Amino acid sequence: MSDFFNDGWSIFVAVATLASLAACLVLLFAASRRKPMAADNSTGHVFDGDLKELNNPLPRWWMVLFILTVVFAFAYLWLYPGLGSAPGSKGWTSRAEHAADEEKARDEIARVYAAFKDQPVPAIAKNPKAAAIGERLFINNCAPCHGSDARGSKGFPDLTDQDWLHGGSPEKIEESITNGRIGNMPPMAAAVGSAADVHDVAHYVLSLSGGAHDAIAAARGKAKFVVCAACHGADGKGNQQIGAPNLSDNIWLHGWGEDAIVDIVTHGKTNVMPAQKGRLTPEQIHVLASYVWNLSQPRLKPAP
Amino acid sequence: MSARPEATVSLYVSEAKIQPRAVHGWFAAWRWGIVWLTQLVFYGLPWITWNGRPALLFDLAARRFYIFGLVLYPQDFIYLAGLLILSAYGLFLFTAVAGRLWCGYACPQTVYTEIFMWVEHRFEGDRNARLKLDKSGWTFDKVWRRGGKHVAWLAIALWTGFTFVAYFTPARDLMREAAALALGPWETVWIAFYGLATYGNAGWMREQVCKYMCPYARFQSAMFDKDTLVISYDAARGEPRGSRPRGTDPRTLGKGDCVDCTLCVQVCPTGIDIRKGLQYECIGCAACIDACDQVMDKMRSPRGLIRYATQNGMANGWTRAQVWKRMLRPRVLVYSGVMLLIIAAFAASLMLRKPFRADVVRDRGALARIVHDGYVENVYRVQLMNATESRQRYRIAIEGMAGARIESSTDFSIPSTESRWVPVDVVLSHEAAAALGPGPHPLRFRISLLAADGTTRAEIHEKSTFVVPR
Repeated sequence: MSDFFNDGWSIFVAVATLASLAACLVLLFAASRRKPMAADNSTGHVFDGDLKELNNPLPRWWMVLFILTVVFAFAYLWLYPGLGSAPGSKGWTSRAEHAADEEKARDEIARVYAAFKDQPVPAIAKNPKAAAIGERLFINNCAPCHGSDARGSKGFPDLTDQDWLHGGSPEKIEESITNGRIGNMPPMAAAVGSAADVHDVAHYVLSLSGGAHDAIAAARGKAKFVVCAACHGADGKGNQQIGAPNLSDNIWLHGWGEDAIVDIVTHGKTNVMPAQKGRLTPEQIHVLASYVWNLSQPRLKPAP
Repeated sequence: MSARPEATVSLYVSEAKIQPRAVHGWFAAWRWGIVWLTQLVFYGLPWITWNGRPALLFDLAARRFYIFGLVLYPQDFIYLAGLLILSAYGLFLFTAVAGRLWCGYACPQTVYTEIFMWVEHRFEGDRNARLKLDKSGWTFDKVWRRGGKHVAWLAIALWTGFTFVAYFTPARDLMREAAALALGPWETVWIAFYGLATYGNAGWMREQVCKYMCPYARFQSAMFDKDTLVISYDAARGEPRGSRPRGTDPRTLGKGDCVDCTLCVQVCPTGIDIRKGLQYECIGCAACIDACDQVMDKMRSPRGLIRYATQNGMANGWTRAQVWKRMLRPRVLVYSGVMLLIIAAFAASLMLRKPFRADVVRDRGALARIVHDGYVENVYRVQLMNATESRQRYRIAIEGMAGARIESSTDFSIPSTESRWVPVDVVLSHEAAAALGPGPHPLRFRISLLAADGTTRAEIHEKSTFVVPR
C-alpha cells in the first residue's frame, strides 16, 4: 500500500485497531459492575451540595447492541480492507467496485441505445426521444466549446450553418466526433512575400466574400493567392478533404477584418477538436451525430 | 432494583417485561379514535387515484412529488421545511398546554403499540392471563398463542412496510410486483426494514423506545411549566391510601380516596406508579385516569383522583375555570400566534404558487460573441419546468434593455411534468452595445405561461446580465 513508508506503519495501525476494539469490550465489562453503592441507590457522589448521582442502569438490550457493534467491526475487518493494509477476505477494492458499476451502467446505457444503433442518422433525428438524448449529450460534452445553442464562438465553429470544415454528411460528422480534428494553417507570410504582399492577399480574401476591401490591393493580392490556393482552392472555396475553410462565405471562425487575416497568414493557426471516442461509446456518438447533423437541417428541425 | 451498601450491582439490567392491563374509558376512546384516523389515512392514501396516478406519490427516480393536484419539484422543498416547522410549533403548543399529548395519543410508537397490544389481547388474553402464560412451560396452548400472535404481528408489520413503500412506488404496481415476486432490491429492503422496525418497536421494544431512544421525550419537558396540564395524582385527596368498603366516606375512616387497588400501575404502558408524581417515563396516555375513574365510580366517590391538572392548580386548589384561565399565558399565546402566522404564510405561498418554474443561466461556453453585422450576441439557457399534468406552452421575452431582442425561438411547448433546458440567443446592435459600454449590464427575462387562446396565464421574472465585450 503506497500510503505508508513501510510495513511497520501498517502493522502499527492494525494492532492499534484491534487493541481499541478489545478495549471497548474490556471497558464495557469492567465498567458494568460497581461495588460501593449507597443505600439510597445513588453512587455516593454529591455535587453542588445536594445533587446526587443515581444509578439508573442501562437496559440489557443496549449492552447487547454495543457488543454487536464490536462483533460487526471484527467481521467487517475480516471481510473488507481496514486492518492496516490487509486486503480483507473478499478482496474488495473501491476501484473494482467502481469498474463494476461502470460496467453495469454501460449495460443499461447500451439497452437505451440499442434501438438507434442500426438506424440511419436522418431517421434518428426525427425521433423525439433520440433528439432529447442527443441534446443532453451535446450539452454535457460539446456545449462548453460550441455553446449550448451550438453556434460556437471565435475559434469554435458554428454547427448550425451549412459551412463545414470537414464535411457535413452524417458519416463525416460521426468521424469528426470520434477521432477529433486538427485544423492546421501553417504560417505563410514567407511564401506570400513581403508585408505589403500579405496586406494585398488579405484584401483579396476579403473581396472573395464581397466584404469591404481595397479593390486595388485585392487585385494585386490575387496573384499572390496562388500559394493559398494549394489548400483553399483557386476560387477560395476551401477543401473539406484537408479541412481548409471556405474563404468566400463570409463566415470568419478566427475573426473578420484585415488585421485578423494578416495575423493568421503571418502566424498560422492550429485548431484542435478533441477526439471523443474514449469518452463516448460509438452508439452515443451515432445519436449525437444525428443531433448535430439535424442542427444544420433547418427544414427538419423538430418543432420546439 | 435493590441495592444494599457494599453490594456489587450491575450497571446493566434486563428490564422486566411490562404487561399492561387493557383499559377502557374516555381517554382510551380518544386514543382509539386517533388510531383509526391516522391509520385509515396512512393505509388508505396510497390506494386513492387522482388524475390516473396515485393521489400521493413521491417519485424519487423522476424527482417529482405528487400531492393530489399539486406537482412539486425538488425546488419546492421549502414546503417540506414549512411543514416541519409547522409540526414543531404544533408540538410546542400542545406540549405547553397539556404535556405529552403527541406521545400519548398520536405518536406512531403509541399507535402501533396500541394495535399490537390489541392483537396480543386477542391471542393471549389480558394482563393476568399473559403473566400466567409468561410463567408457563412450552405447552401446545402457549406455542399456538405465542406463534399466532407473532404471525399476526408480522403480517401487520409487513403490510405497514408495504404501505410505506407504496408512497414511493404506486401501490398497485407494487402489489403486482409483490405477487409476481419481482420486487426491486430497494423496495424489498425498505419493506423489510420498515416492517421489521414496526414489528420490533411495537411488539418488543415498546416503552424502551420512549425511554431510551426518543429525543422528543427528553426535550418536551423543556416546554412544560407549572401551568401545563399533566396527568397528576391528587395526593391531598388520595392519601393516606388504603382499602375500605364501597360507598363509605374515607374521611370518617381516617383515610384518603385512594383504595390502593394498583390498577393505575397495572394499566401503565411504561410501568410507573403515577402516585409518585410526574416522571420522565410518563407518556401522557391517561390510561391511569380511565382506570382510576372506573374504580372511583364503583366506590361511589367523585372521579378525578387522577386527572389532567396543572402543578399550580393542584398546589393552590384552583377550580377548573381558574386553571383554564392560566392557559392564556404569554408562552401559549406566542406559540399560537407564531403558528397561525406560519399557517397563513404556508397557505398563501401555496395559493400563489405558479404552475411552472423557470431558471435563467448564462451559457457557460461563451461570454459574448460578435455575429453578423456587428451584433453582440449572448447565449442563455432557460430551464422551463412544467408543474402541471398537461402539455403547456411558454413564451420567453426580455425587457429592461433598449435595442436588445431574442433571435432564437421564443415559444416552447413542454410535456406534462417535464423540465427542459432551452437555448436563447439575445442580440444587441453594435450601436446600442457601444452606447452601453463594455462589461455586464442588467437584463430581465419574462417567462409567461400561455393559455390555449394565447393570453398570459402566469408570469415569472428572472434577472440576468448581458455582457458587452471589450
